[in-house]
Amino acid sequence: MNRTHVTCMINDDETEFLCDNDESLLDALRDEVGLTGAKEGCGTGDCGACSIILNGQLICACLAFAPEANGGTIETVEGMADGDRLHPLQTSFLEEASLQCGVCTPGFLMAAKALLENNPDPTETEVRYAIAGNLCRCTGYDKIVRAVLGAAAQMRKNPIEGARP
Amino acid sequence: MRYVRPGTVDEAVSLLNSEPESCVFAGATDLVPQMQGGRPEPKLMIDLKGIPRLVKVSYSNGQLVVGAATPVSIVKVDDNLKAAFPGLSESSGLIGSDQIQNRASLGGNLCTASPGADTIPSLMVNSARVVIASSGGTRTIPVSDVVTGPGSVSLKSNEFVVEFILDAPPKRTADAYLRFIPRTEMDIAVVGAAARLTLDDADCCTEALVAIGAAAPTVVRAPVAENALRGNPINDETLAEVMAAASAVCSPISDKRGTKEYRRQVAGVLAKRVVLQAAKRAKEKGGAV
Amino acid sequence: MTVAVEESPVKKSYKWVGTRPVRHDGLEKVNGKARFAADMTKPRMIHGHVLRSPLAHAKILSVDTTEAESMPGVKAVVTAADFPPPSKNEGFPHRSSNLIAREKVRYEGQVVAAVAATTRRQAKAAAAKIAVKYEELPHVLTVDEAMADGAPLLHENLITKGLDTTPKQASNIAKRDYFEQGDLEAGFAEADVVYEHEFTTKVVHQGYIEPHACVADTSKDGRSEIWCSSQGHFMVRSATAEMLGWETSQLKVIPAEIGGGFGGKTTIYLEPLAVKLSQKANRPVKIVMRREDVFKATGPTPGTKIRVKIGARKDGTLTAGKAWLAYESGAFPGSWGMLGGWCVFAPYDIPNVQIESFEVVVNKPVNIAYRAPSAPMAAFATETVIDQIAREIKMDPIELRLLNAVEEGDYNHSSMVGTFQRIGLKETLEAIRDHPNYKIPLGPNQGRGVATGFWFNIAQSSSATVNLTENGRAVVVTGSPDIGGSRVSMALMAAEELGIDVKFIQPVVGDTEAVGFTDVTEGSRTTFATGMAVVRACRELVTQLRERAAIMWDCSVEDVEWVDGKAHHSGNKESPLSLAEITAKAKKTGGPLNATGSLEAKGQGPAFSTQICDLEVDPETGKATILRYTTAQDAGTAIHPSYVEGQMQGGVAQGIGWALNEEYIHDKKGVMQNPGFLDYRIPVASDLPMIETVIVEVPNPKHPYGVRGVGEVGIVPPIPAIANAIHDATGLRLRDLPMSPVRVLEGLNQQNGVG
Repeated sequence: MNRTHVTCMINDDETEFLCDNDESLLDALRDEVGLTGAKEGCGTGDCGACSIILNGQLICACLAFAPEANGGTIETVEGMADGDRLHPLQTSFLEEASLQCGVCTPGFLMAAKALLENNPDPTETEVRYAIAGNLCRCTGYDKIVRAVLGAAAQMRKNPIEGARP
Repeated sequence: MRYVRPGTVDEAVSLLNSEPESCVFAGATDLVPQMQGGRPEPKLMIDLKGIPRLVKVSYSNGQLVVGAATPVSIVKVDDNLKAAFPGLSESSGLIGSDQIQNRASLGGNLCTASPGADTIPSLMVNSARVVIASSGGTRTIPVSDVVTGPGSVSLKSNEFVVEFILDAPPKRTADAYLRFIPRTEMDIAVVGAAARLTLDDADCCTEALVAIGAAAPTVVRAPVAENALRGNPINDETLAEVMAAASAVCSPISDKRGTKEYRRQVAGVLAKRVVLQAAKRAKEKGGAV
Repeated sequence: MTVAVEESPVKKSYKWVGTRPVRHDGLEKVNGKARFAADMTKPRMIHGHVLRSPLAHAKILSVDTTEAESMPGVKAVVTAADFPPPSKNEGFPHRSSNLIAREKVRYEGQVVAAVAATTRRQAKAAAAKIAVKYEELPHVLTVDEAMADGAPLLHENLITKGLDTTPKQASNIAKRDYFEQGDLEAGFAEADVVYEHEFTTKVVHQGYIEPHACVADTSKDGRSEIWCSSQGHFMVRSATAEMLGWETSQLKVIPAEIGGGFGGKTTIYLEPLAVKLSQKANRPVKIVMRREDVFKATGPTPGTKIRVKIGARKDGTLTAGKAWLAYESGAFPGSWGMLGGWCVFAPYDIPNVQIESFEVVVNKPVNIAYRAPSAPMAAFATETVIDQIAREIKMDPIELRLLNAVEEGDYNHSSMVGTFQRIGLKETLEAIRDHPNYKIPLGPNQGRGVATGFWFNIAQSSSATVNLTENGRAVVVTGSPDIGGSRVSMALMAAEELGIDVKFIQPVVGDTEAVGFTDVTEGSRTTFATGMAVVRACRELVTQLRERAAIMWDCSVEDVEWVDGKAHHSGNKESPLSLAEITAKAKKTGGPLNATGSLEAKGQGPAFSTQICDLEVDPETGKATILRYTTAQDAGTAIHPSYVEGQMQGGVAQGIGWALNEEYIHDKKGVMQNPGFLDYRIPVASDLPMIETVIVEVPNPKHPYGVRGVGEVGIVPPIPAIANAIHDATGLRLRDLPMSPVRVLEGLNQQNGVG
């Protein structure tokens, strides 16, 4: 076996792992690094459950090859909270009951985070299109959309202290 | 399988020549599902995203140059591009989800050569050219000469697309793109239509290009529709001719995404709507950038 | 001590029940720590890969694993020969016959063999080297094909049950059910308006986002531990044991978090393969399905053909109803047609009725439950015909339904209901009739449709154990996997019973060795039945707490009352003792406090939902866009209203997908053409509006808190509500699913004389 050595920053931690060259970044995060927050729902980029942020860009980790991460920066749901302080989106998802089974939740949180970083005051329609790459089969999206809008309002009002302990 | 990330076009060319079973890629958004579906794994994967020339949008000397591996999320929002080619911007913004758009590229969309590729009709109505690199240097050909059939392109195995070149549009010229999908997002176009119109001061059409996607083995131009537009005002009569001509140019198949009858009929509908949209834009913005 | 909670009066106002606390398992689900089945790893774990049939119907002539076994990294290979033959009496869902093919494959994707190897890649490569020789057979894909004379047979010895005379020839019709009451002909003769129409629906999938996965670790002593995602780990234990020919005591099943089920995880697919591979390899084995496998070999819910005839008088009274229903069951028989027959006229009091239903086997995956299984297809037919009658007699469609709605004391012919107890159908109809959304003016190309849905709900067995901690907190252990917030509902009921803050209650799902037997989380039963088990355990604990207070006060237990989480002395001779004060002294008063509650629950409340869909049809493309959606559902009592709303909204969203776009598409060879989320089009966020909910609360008299069960019925009305709205917008009556743009445009073309 001829494996590739990858060094990257994951959630502010310098991380090294070995991977196969054709291994997806998703498999590497889950199997080599042990970060199982990103899920595989489809393996073809159609469900968004594996959404992560690579070098500042929201992507489906199932569609990236693991060696592409070399020298890069990765954010996953595991790094979303600031220590014990949840990100306002996490708080909002909990308070709005935006998750039922919860398997799609990490992907939605990453997609919503990417949205709000680019557009702090999205309309409902903008939220719906921004999370259209993330499938949820439990909720009908209603409470997810409300949570994203709620978190956005919270973050506009209180950009620093938006998170709760 | 080896993975390499060259930093220059020359490096990529020599890598491509070094291994017959090699494959260039940018976003891999088509490649990965194809490999899962049984496409043989290449021995060498050449990641083009490390070549600066391939991942930028630049504007100079009246030409817009888009690197072939530039994520369409950049193409979608680039101010110069949006002003000059709003239809290309909107077709870029229709590919998959935000996650996909952060990876997918114009080069990939073209070379995957799907009949339903969203950006090809927009590139065609803007008479875009592609710069193709190989060990012999580069050559430039029209986008319309690239795709030869579903999944097949005229490029040789040791060639790859470096960038797209679009000339600044004349005054009172604008493009638009519309596609039909059953949902609002995440589908492949059942049928798509792009148009670019130039209007004179009396809002009469002086130049028109219309292309239809997903309704034939490759994206097709609709010359009869274009002729119907040229020299005429955009009125019900012209639009009826456009609809009929756009439907007539289709040679669609029936598949899991739609029937041939549906594609033919809706191609006409989209052609009409996209002509109206392009005309509206041409009137509003004048077209010069 | 057992408390007969069933007889308890329904309380009116509560301190905890009906509030909306953050769910206890929420934090781990927003920070990525929650462990779903595919997240599990074990030391020395290896990976399984399953070889599946590429053919829809074929004889298996041979399976040769020799080359596969010699491939790099391979540790074990299993075939059907590794499992005992299925019992002759094997019933639905025929797991032993279905989960690994024997003499025949009966659908594309059926398992033929499995390999375990050090890496996934090695396992996949080895599976490709298993040589299977098939003799291809002709196949059938629809009820029409399967019921035709001379159709190719899936089972050479399948004799139709339930016919007046037992046929001598085998067929693809497994069973016929028949029910009649009154005088059908007289009923139709009495009618001023009679409509009869035929409806078809396609196979659709539950579409949970988490593919099936499991890890099995079989030890030399003949025991195995299984981590997996399912709707019922006790079911996994018994079903896996049955297929392996093992004792249930040899298996321990540990429930992972479940990433959606909707009925699709009420059975097993991978577990016996993993246990067997693990036994042979002497290593833990993990198997994870790919999405394609999920579509091709799990789930789905039947395609159907249904004819419904209904007669009504001009005043709106329904006089007669006749239904003929044929439900696919996939490759092995099910009871889907029977369920459809039970539901088809269930919301209405129709005096003269005839219902005939059929179970039909076809070369597609074995159907399993999907949210109110069989009801949406039947409701599509009935609710569309009812809408047509309302228009014909110019009566408001809600008023027509109110006039004929079943109520307490009416009879339902299903074995699940019998005579209705107190139900809330009329209340949901009134909630919709009086809702402002029912009166919003509509624009051009817009339409409004309404429909009602019924579902039985079920009860079954549940167990719970409640342990009090030294400092007065409670751990509530149940055997019900939580697929949508049931843990917090258990905690709310326990908080209400014990009188302590819900945040001091930790609700957990125990493994098969940590809590008593509990049936599958299905049939909207968990908050109802497992909730009753929790209430029983809590009431037993309250008795114990009173006894301990009596010891502390040296008084008779009769002098101790339990009010608001505290023991009160009836003579007010002592200061009240909190639960924490009592548990703190537990060592001196008799030891730890804990109690179990278990029961075979009875008295689940049938559920009804009435919905309004407003949509707009693009007349040039045939695309329907949902503008507004309103759903009113009788929850009995909403324990946690947010999760009740979530169930209502989720059911509606699935129903919208089913109505507009979802379908299995097969080619001529019986190979599925759209086994992925790209072309199996479930709704995305931008397809839907907010889904407005009205929780109607008509308490179920048979539950201590009036719970009825809310998980399923919401999926029943959307298909007819959408069909009726499309008619309202365009004049088109669509009777075939999906109501895709292609189909709508075809209809509009016919209407306009085009094409």
